[in-house]
Amino acid sequence: MLNPSTSQDLCAMPDVHGHYGPYGGRFVAETLMAPLEELTEAYGRYLQDAEFQEELDADLAHYVGRPSPLYHAERLSRELGGAQIYLKREDLNHTGAHKVNNTVGQALLAKRMGKRRVIAETGAGQHGVATATVAARLGMECVVYMGSEDIRRQAINVYRMKLLGATVVPVTSGSRTLKDALNEAMRDWVTNVDTTFYIIGTVAGPHPYPAMVRDFQAIIGREARAQCLRQVGRLPDALIACVGGGSNAIGLFHPFLNDEKVALYGVEAAGDGLLTGRHAAPLNAGRAGVLHGNRTYLMEDEDGQILETHSISAGLDYPGVGPEHSWLKDIGRATYVSATDAEALAAFHRLTRTEGIMPALESAHAVAYALRFAPSLPPSQVIVVNLSGRGDKDIHTVAALEGITV
Amino acid sequence: MSRITETFAHLRRRGRKALIPYVVAGDPTPDETVPLLHALVRAGADIIELGVPFSDPMADGPVIQRASERALAHRVSLRGVLEMVRTFRREDSQTPLVLMGYLNPVEAMGYRAFAIAAALAGVDGVLTVDLPPEESRSLIALFREVAIDPIFLLAPTSTSSRIATIGECARGFVYYVSLKGVTGAASLDIGAVTAKLDDVRRVIDLPIGVGFGIRDAASAAAVARVADAVVVGSALVSRIEGLAQLGSPVSLGVSSFIAELRTAIDSD
Repeated sequence: MLNPSTSQDLCAMPDVHGHYGPYGGRFVAETLMAPLEELTEAYGRYLQDAEFQEELDADLAHYVGRPSPLYHAERLSRELGGAQIYLKREDLNHTGAHKVNNTVGQALLAKRMGKRRVIAETGAGQHGVATATVAARLGMECVVYMGSEDIRRQAINVYRMKLLGATVVPVTSGSRTLKDALNEAMRDWVTNVDTTFYIIGTVAGPHPYPAMVRDFQAIIGREARAQCLRQVGRLPDALIACVGGGSNAIGLFHPFLNDEKVALYGVEAAGDGLLTGRHAAPLNAGRAGVLHGNRTYLMEDEDGQILETHSISAGLDYPGVGPEHSWLKDIGRATYVSATDAEALAAFHRLTRTEGIMPALESAHAVAYALRFAPSLPPSQVIVVNLSGRGDKDIHTVAALEGITV
Repeated sequence: MSRITETFAHLRRRGRKALIPYVVAGDPTPDETVPLLHALVRAGADIIELGVPFSDPMADGPVIQRASERALAHRVSLRGVLEMVRTFRREDSQTPLVLMGYLNPVEAMGYRAFAIAAALAGVDGVLTVDLPPEESRSLIALFREVAIDPIFLLAPTSTSSRIATIGECARGFVYYVSLKGVTGAASLDIGAVTAKLDDVRRVIDLPIGVGFGIRDAASAAAVARVADAVVVGSALVSRIEGLAQLGSPVSLGVSSFIAELRTAIDSD
């Protein structure tokens, strides 16, 4: 493991080719290479464009409802008897999760680039809903690809997308989950690349997506950093976020990368347990490979075939992870731990009953690790947990597990 | 001179164009692949593209996705595909064989181990769909060492600077993807293909194969008029699927289709 040197700017990644050390890059068929170059150029230009940034900031404030609060979960902290737990309330955003930070940004970019049609992949449906939402507002055609297995377990979000005017296309190939939805969205994009903007929902995919999505999500960490300084008077001791593709985690972590003393914990989905093989934890139990346009840690078999994953939470049910997380793991800047389905479910109930906040099952993985970690620290320490989404969408899943029909 | 370059030179001397059928290794079953390859050659194939099945074939349409799934149901691995090539080579030392697939199985095997094993098995070229020249430097260097031709895709979206970069990396031939889309998509626009091939020829001095959207004798003949090679994938793989569903021997069943394409290509 390398030691991050104090002189190195950890926020300077990726390089011009989209590499984070050995990870990232652009591994797609030739047809998409020029469109990706075009997107990289346009994104780089608008990143510097004052008018674009003003419009984005205004949308984040008045449409998304930012800044989201940093809430001191006092009762939970007291019960655990350890570090003070603060929740970054991304669940309070319009549409109920952090995903909208990114779709607002990419949709503005799509509009500037003259694209009238947007497509997206979705797992839990949060990104699909966030995309359908901004498409409705901008009057754009919207098609969302979703694995048929996820359509079954996230029926409410499917209906939300339809209400918003989006077409939801069920994907029945492979494992019928998020990875297959991403394959299908890529196939749509390569076919309709002249008219279509592909809004990827996580920090994976070919360059520039991992950097672009991170930049749109970094508002989470910038706010949390300022809020913590204001409310606590200093930086937090640790950050905790769940990691599927890893967009909410990188959004929280990134503005803190150079703050050496702030420990970073990403929580992967351990499903039935890492030893059972039925999980979605490539950083804990996978190895490096190439999927969906980038090199990163993957769940794969010895022949390089991608494995089916398992998690109670559809949004974490993905065999890869954003390449920047792979790099942060290798250099030792972030630590990647895991929480099982059972732990996430227990955390869902605990937070609901203790603080009156119902987390998404994805975010419940971060809460689960906080429940384990906080008691090991003194009450003077401060942990920020990214509450990336709200749990309304998961009520049916939770009820079904308890044998209740809602 | 590589077997691929030799084949194109030989065809050019006779004023003919190459017919390149694509099948997925292990589809519908591993035992049928080698007999199928021999049958393709007997029916008129000049070069064969052998697809390496992958769990996430992002650039492929439903026909080739299903073929990959059928092969993977038999757990066909990259090593297994190389074993098929080795078996094929026992009876055929002439016909160039190009592996076409995705990068991750190669990453899993290791670049060096793969390059050496592929060369020893008798592979002539490798087309890695999701490996553009920008990311392929180390693999190309290994292919040079073992005399395997790296085959690259060109697309309607390829800019002139990309065409030049690809020209520097490619050996054997280049594969022009005739349309924006996945394999087996809508029919191609021969006028647009012709114009783009003129651009490519100004920069790249290699034979050009054209694929995607060639489904019958007529489209094969039209492409043969403007390209050096005609690649037929999904149209062939969907026939294999149909034959397998009927329980008919695939080698026999596809021969007439390949012969028909051969006749159409040679008719001008």
